[in-house]
Amino acid sequence: MGDHHHGPATGIGRWLFTTNHKDIGTMYLWFSFAMFILGGTFAMIIRAELFQPGMQLVEPGFFNQMTTLHGLVMVFGAIMPSFVGLANWLIPMMIGAPDMALPRMNNWSFWILPPGFLMLASTLFMEGGAPAFGWTFYAPLSTTYAAPSVTFFIFAIHILGVSSIMGSINIIATVMNMRAPGMTYMKMPLFVWTWLITAFLLVAVMPVLAGAVTMMLMDIHFGTSFFSAAGGGDPVLFQHIFWFFGHPEVYIIILPAFGVVSQIIPAFSRKPLFGYASMVYATASIAFLSFIVWAHHMYTVGMPVAGELFFMYATMLIAVPTGVKVFNWITTMWRGALSFETPMLFCIGFLVLFTIGGFTGLMLSIAPADFQYHDTYFVVAHFHYVMVAGAVFSMTAAVYYWLPKWSGRMYNETMGKVHFWISFVGFNITFFPQHFVGLAGMPRRIPDYALQFADFNMMSSIGAFIYGASQILFLYNVLATIIAGEKVTDDKVWDGAEGLEWTIPTPAPYHTFEVPPKLDAAHA
Amino acid sequence: MVGGNVMRSALMALMALPAAAFGDNQVNMSPGVTTIGAEIYDLHMLIMIICVVIGIGVFGVMFYSIIYHRKSRGVVPSQFHESTKVEVAWTVVPFLILIGMAVPATSTLLEVYDNDDAELDILVTGYQWKWKYEYLDESGENVSFFSNLATPQEEIYNTDQKGEHYLLEVDEPLVIPVDTKVRFLITANDVIHSWWVPEIAVKRDAIPGFINETWTKITEEGIYRGQCTELCGAYHGFMPVVVHAVSREEFDAWMDAKRADEAAQVAAAAVDLSLDELMSKGEAVYNAQCLACHGAQGEGGVGNAIAGSAIALGDIGTHLDVGIKGVAGTAMQAFGGQLNDVDMAAVITYQRNAFGNNTGDVIQPSDVASHKQG
Repeated sequence: MGDHHHGPATGIGRWLFTTNHKDIGTMYLWFSFAMFILGGTFAMIIRAELFQPGMQLVEPGFFNQMTTLHGLVMVFGAIMPSFVGLANWLIPMMIGAPDMALPRMNNWSFWILPPGFLMLASTLFMEGGAPAFGWTFYAPLSTTYAAPSVTFFIFAIHILGVSSIMGSINIIATVMNMRAPGMTYMKMPLFVWTWLITAFLLVAVMPVLAGAVTMMLMDIHFGTSFFSAAGGGDPVLFQHIFWFFGHPEVYIIILPAFGVVSQIIPAFSRKPLFGYASMVYATASIAFLSFIVWAHHMYTVGMPVAGELFFMYATMLIAVPTGVKVFNWITTMWRGALSFETPMLFCIGFLVLFTIGGFTGLMLSIAPADFQYHDTYFVVAHFHYVMVAGAVFSMTAAVYYWLPKWSGRMYNETMGKVHFWISFVGFNITFFPQHFVGLAGMPRRIPDYALQFADFNMMSSIGAFIYGASQILFLYNVLATIIAGEKVTDDKVWDGAEGLEWTIPTPAPYHTFEVPPKLDAAHA
Repeated sequence: MVGGNVMRSALMALMALPAAAFGDNQVNMSPGVTTIGAEIYDLHMLIMIICVVIGIGVFGVMFYSIIYHRKSRGVVPSQFHESTKVEVAWTVVPFLILIGMAVPATSTLLEVYDNDDAELDILVTGYQWKWKYEYLDESGENVSFFSNLATPQEEIYNTDQKGEHYLLEVDEPLVIPVDTKVRFLITANDVIHSWWVPEIAVKRDAIPGFINETWTKITEEGIYRGQCTELCGAYHGFMPVVVHAVSREEFDAWMDAKRADEAAQVAAAAVDLSLDELMSKGEAVYNAQCLACHGAQGEGGVGNAIAGSAIALGDIGTHLDVGIKGVAGTAMQAFGGQLNDVDMAAVITYQRNAFGNNTGDVIQPSDVASHKQG
């Protein structure tokens, strides 16, 4: 056979013009890590200001810019692109496809991200400062009362939305059309399943977000009154639209994390996932429910009581499929032969902390109790348990688990374990006390607080610095692995790992599955 | 509620643990001083205990597995998977538990929404960054006032010792009688705010252009403190809510004094003041109302600079217009309804003569009144 499959191009051109899913996956992962560091820096500024009562480092207006950008950068810049990067690397390798279905669009969907975030970050240097209305940007604070930079924010959101929609269409097209012969839907790895469902959620709700920001643009510049009562509109309309996007959005973030955990826990338990089919159905149920629970973010806006009851009952229901998932992972571990390499440690950390976040989520679903929890640090603690310990921990697990396959080199296990324990302890010191201050009455998004909250806030800040510092160790470990890690050559890097990605050589060649694989008995 | 009491004491014991570790820091929700607050607290504890019990079970199984099913102990992994019986059980049982939670939650929610038969109506309006309280009277003689943060800038910027109620103190608290069903009509003047007092378990968003209803009936006299809980701009963290719950007699006496005070203010507006009087009064008003946005030295910030500004040095009528009517679409509010004519005259005079704006202009309360009439 002639060598018509050339390897990667050289120089910057390789990255600018690449249509290779592995290259694009790598760029997504590095980009999201850079955003993780940027968003983390904003978080450090927030926690430094909150270290003690009184204003010390920043002004209240700038503090609000930090909370806003922290949320936006972490959600849209760090977590979402990181899972898209993972999908790019893994989905073709897991379903036996040579690449993504739409490789040129794949290139484009990545390359519009950096300009989008550049535009968002540039607002920091504009007159009036960056957006300062929270990542939920409620009108009219985000419309007629916002700094002029809000227009750049709106265009940045549009760009990120376009990127997400293109990425999702690509994933749907790939999964539907490019599975190896014999790989039926119910034989796909769970990571592929969770991403397929996530992609449908994205295609459904990103246009809604685009609609919301377009209405903001109209209200600001073209004299409409979508969100102003004075012109016949309604500020609460904004919240309904935002959360119709926003609630599915949180499942967009967590479903791929469920997929990762469902791959890793069986590998290190050396035992198949307990209930594959029920996991698929639970994922689909969660996705469906995510569309009919949005107003549980709005219990205090003054909805009619029938509305409150509907959204309360629907929200409580989510506990059922989520419970099914947690029970499944634990039953998978039961009577397995467990070992605790770094990916497994992060998955167990995920399991414990995500479950705690699920419990506080159930508490928050109870509308009358939510009147006391709403917009306090209790909510901040809740969503960091599911976002950080849920999404970020599972993403970290994924990097440790697949890095040897990607790079052909093994990371330093001791350093990985140290990273896990510092992260785990730092995370809990940061966020566990926030449950207490929230219940005791501390609102979120305030730059200064009453004296009775001082001790726990100081504790939170110390924890945050520890957690933040542990990410430098992560970066070092990954770089050291890529540059000088011990070489691994086994196709199957982990003895318990299952799936097509472990049947190709290590490191994964630039092109894989140019000929569709034959599924052996274990996969067929 | 016997069940509630038993549960509460069980919980006190549970809560004693972290409390012992964290000294005087409050670690849990307060049952507060209303029956609704106590019900919400019981609901909160019920759900939390159920979660803790489930959590102990789930994590117990997990940690048993982590300890006893380790590869390093030489165990051979079992290969079992799928069991319809188990899967049906762990779907149905949680569903039944949820129904058990939904019943008390529904009944409490219906009580929270029962706004009927209020004995006193108070209109609460959120402004950037203060609250206005207006006692609605059937005769139309409403009593209203603004409630501003009373914590001095020196405490916030750490040049002075912080007081006991740092950031949770106001110049004029809301006063309401105990054992009286008080209905709050909540709205906002600019952006969305949220009015929250944890100990009376009332939190409701204040939405410009719409009026939300909620209520309370406080059973114990006392001072209860809360804060705005919806991000409303730069000084969101600086608009506390303070409620004084007093006996009916005290409340009536306070209301009479308040009405007399309003009458006195009307009389004061007819009297001319000296430049010195206007300047000292104006400084106090400036520090309470303008400083947050326009700076301690009039240097600006969220708002434009006042020192050397074209408005403060220019036409008095334009200056009065900005103060009284605000600037639409910006954080500069219409202060005409917030300040009485004396305070408005004083602060305009102050702005025109302080920070090096030595215009020498003197604006009297009567000037403000005639300007308002056009």
